[in-house]
Amino acid sequence: MRRALIWLPLAVFAAFLLVFLLGLGKRDDPAIRSQMIGKPVPAFALAPAVPGHPGLAAADLARGGPRLVNVFASWCLPCRAEAPQLMALKRRGIPIDAVAIRDRGEDVAAFLRDYGDPFERVGADPRSQVQFALGSSGVPETFLVDGRGIIRLQHIGDIRPEEVDAIHAAWERAK
Amino acid sequence: MMAEFALAALWLAAALSLLQLVLGALALRELPILPVSAAHGEGDHAKHGGGADRADSPSTAYGGPPPHGFAAGRTSAVLARAVRPVAVAQAVLVGAAFLLLIQLFLRTDLSVQLVAENSHTLKPWLYKFAGAWGNHEGSMLLWVTVLAVAGAAVALFERSLPERTLLATLAAQAAIGLGFYAFLLFASNPFRRLDPPPLEGNGLNPLLQDPGLAFHPPTLYFGYVGISIAFSFAVGALVTRDVGPAFARAMRPWVLIAWIFLTLGITAGSYWAYYELGWGGWWFWDPVENASLMPWLAATALLHSVTVLATRDSLRAWTVMLAVVAFSMSMVGTFLVRSGILTSVHAFAVDPRRGAFILLLLALYIGGALALFGARVGTVKEGTTFEPVSREGALVLNNLLLTVILGLVLVGTLYPLATEAMGVKVSVGPPYFNSAAGPIALALVLAMALGPALRWRRDRLKDAGRRLRVPLAATALALLAAMLLLPGMGLLPLLGLVLALGVGTASLAPLWGRNLRRTPLFIWGMVVSHLGIAVSLAGMASNAAFTEERLVAARPGETVSVGPYAVRFDAVQPVAGPNWTAIEARLTARRGGGRPFLLRPQARAFFAPPTETSEAAIATRLDGQLYTVIGRTDESGRWQLRLWWKPFVTLIWLGGFMVALGGFLALVGRVRRARRARRRGDEEAWA
Repeated sequence: MRRALIWLPLAVFAAFLLVFLLGLGKRDDPAIRSQMIGKPVPAFALAPAVPGHPGLAAADLARGGPRLVNVFASWCLPCRAEAPQLMALKRRGIPIDAVAIRDRGEDVAAFLRDYGDPFERVGADPRSQVQFALGSSGVPETFLVDGRGIIRLQHIGDIRPEEVDAIHAAWERAK
Repeated sequence: MMAEFALAALWLAAALSLLQLVLGALALRELPILPVSAAHGEGDHAKHGGGADRADSPSTAYGGPPPHGFAAGRTSAVLARAVRPVAVAQAVLVGAAFLLLIQLFLRTDLSVQLVAENSHTLKPWLYKFAGAWGNHEGSMLLWVTVLAVAGAAVALFERSLPERTLLATLAAQAAIGLGFYAFLLFASNPFRRLDPPPLEGNGLNPLLQDPGLAFHPPTLYFGYVGISIAFSFAVGALVTRDVGPAFARAMRPWVLIAWIFLTLGITAGSYWAYYELGWGGWWFWDPVENASLMPWLAATALLHSVTVLATRDSLRAWTVMLAVVAFSMSMVGTFLVRSGILTSVHAFAVDPRRGAFILLLLALYIGGALALFGARVGTVKEGTTFEPVSREGALVLNNLLLTVILGLVLVGTLYPLATEAMGVKVSVGPPYFNSAAGPIALALVLAMALGPALRWRRDRLKDAGRRLRVPLAATALALLAAMLLLPGMGLLPLLGLVLALGVGTASLAPLWGRNLRRTPLFIWGMVVSHLGIAVSLAGMASNAAFTEERLVAARPGETVSVGPYAVRFDAVQPVAGPNWTAIEARLTARRGGGRPFLLRPQARAFFAPPTETSEAAIATRLDGQLYTVIGRTDESGRWQLRLWWKPFVTLIWLGGFMVALGGFLALVGRVRRARRARRRGDEEAWA
């Protein structure tokens, strides 16, 4: 009994070391992944963010074809950086909708004027409610939703030029 | 040149650390083991020339004159004498390297990568100075500096430990140092040059740009790393199989010093988080707070068990274990913070390679110490035994409860890591910690009230109850009053408040019936510390139970009431500091018919690096604090205001400082008594 007790601390410590080791190995990806992947888009209906684009509702995302949903804001610098890539995806025939986070109509309009407008529908999400419901923790993020309204992919951060092909391929697969 | 000088000093210090380890180990191998009886007891105080005396003993002990043994004894005595100066020289060198780093920061020498990444020419002087340790490399250099200084302090001032144990202790301290020197030199070199140097530095994280940064980390590190001494003492005692009251008495002041710093550091850190983060909370169970709390819990347990060992020669193995655990917790904390494995304000550098390096050091040191414990502690004889109802029994209870809290905090801190390894991200927050640790902390406080009223060895609960009848009556009255006057109060705050009163009275009990002028200083120390715990508990309970919070969106001109105050929102105005601009609200607060006073909370925007912080404006009164924060504005011109009235919240930190003050009184009392005893011993030896 006493012998076992004496070695117990070392055994406990070894277990902790193991946890640490596993923890260190997992550090490559600090991003917070959405828990919604593989699940249907939660119900929502957003008012239009800018004149000229209709608002966005969950039902719009379940109409037969896969679509991208870009979570962005006019005040977000990386969103400006990814605008050309969204335009490229649009030119490849991929429909893109957007959710404008904590934004003002005139700012969104100016953003679309300055950096290009790849969007079909743009919903205003002034309190980040839809953003959180989608499981997005920042801007920009892009979701791929298939024709049945199931979230298939979450892209965290701005889309880089070299990532356009992969997103295109994922969209093709979701058809 | 300065950076190169400093780097050279660091390398030299590392080399000396290696030398210290080798010298100590060699001397230890060749110094004969003394019979245990001679290492304790009466011979205790005549240890100054011990090494030299004993060097001759093999020749007499073996009967014949074995020439080798004699020569070996002589060399080992020489080796042994060299260890202390080496330890001091090492501390001087690494201290010099650290001062040079501070100098580099003060000059904003941008050709040094660390300065360029963490400083800025426009930063105020104080933050250039404190910025030296407000980053990964600098804080690790501070870590090693404190480690070396602690070792040097033992080398210079420790006179009561047997020479062999002291050598083993200093060798162990050097062994710890060596690993962290390697970490610093190979994985976190603070003196790396940049070529070409940038025109301007990146600046310091604005959350750290607070006078607290100048005091909080060094204080905490002195405690955090100072506890390494206890670890080294334990290793030394295990190596030499010398665990007894003399060892405990020698270790106690060192543990006390580290514990005082740790207490001060945690208290100051808590207040810093309270006013700087602007959330109105005083403890967040942030992994880094836990990393400083865990060594404190272990050190507090150690402080009590070491007293049992010193006074009654009990709890030998347990005390050694706690000494190992206390510093292990410091190292685990360092690992958690420095590896970036947990996210936190304190995680300056997120670098898994560094994490792997520290993890290796952890495995070596903690694993090594625990293995040594397993191998050796079986040979440490059981100390004396005692009855469950006795001072020892109460101290064991204290140790058990502290250990359980430590375990709960450790599990809560590491749980997210464990689940993440299995693919799920979770975070463990206050609900877990408060409900798990809270009740046990209350039980601990009860034990704290009872313990000092019990006699050593054997006592009866009835007698203790008689000694504590006044506190018991006070507790009962307080409970009755609280239930009648404050219905609907939460259970934990209610118990906390009532117990604070009862325990506060009970903590004074050891003074009753004593001649206060002749009461030893260390008794005063215990009383003040225990009273500090009660005071702190009262603050926590009062804050939890009576805090009033108002969250409003207000236009200038509106008045909001919170607690006894009516706060008028006069205006907002822009203000600028040396490296920030801010929106400042002007709030006029008024209590009843009292004189109105101005509060100016700010929302600051720093430009290097661009970050926003919120500077709370706090009005401190005798019965609490009015805490105000300004948040964002909305389109219609309203501003978010957060106002708190926190009755008696300041008691939390007042209690913390009392606990540290009590530790200081005990330290002075113990050291004075030991010195008197030694002087008496010397006189007897001469007589």
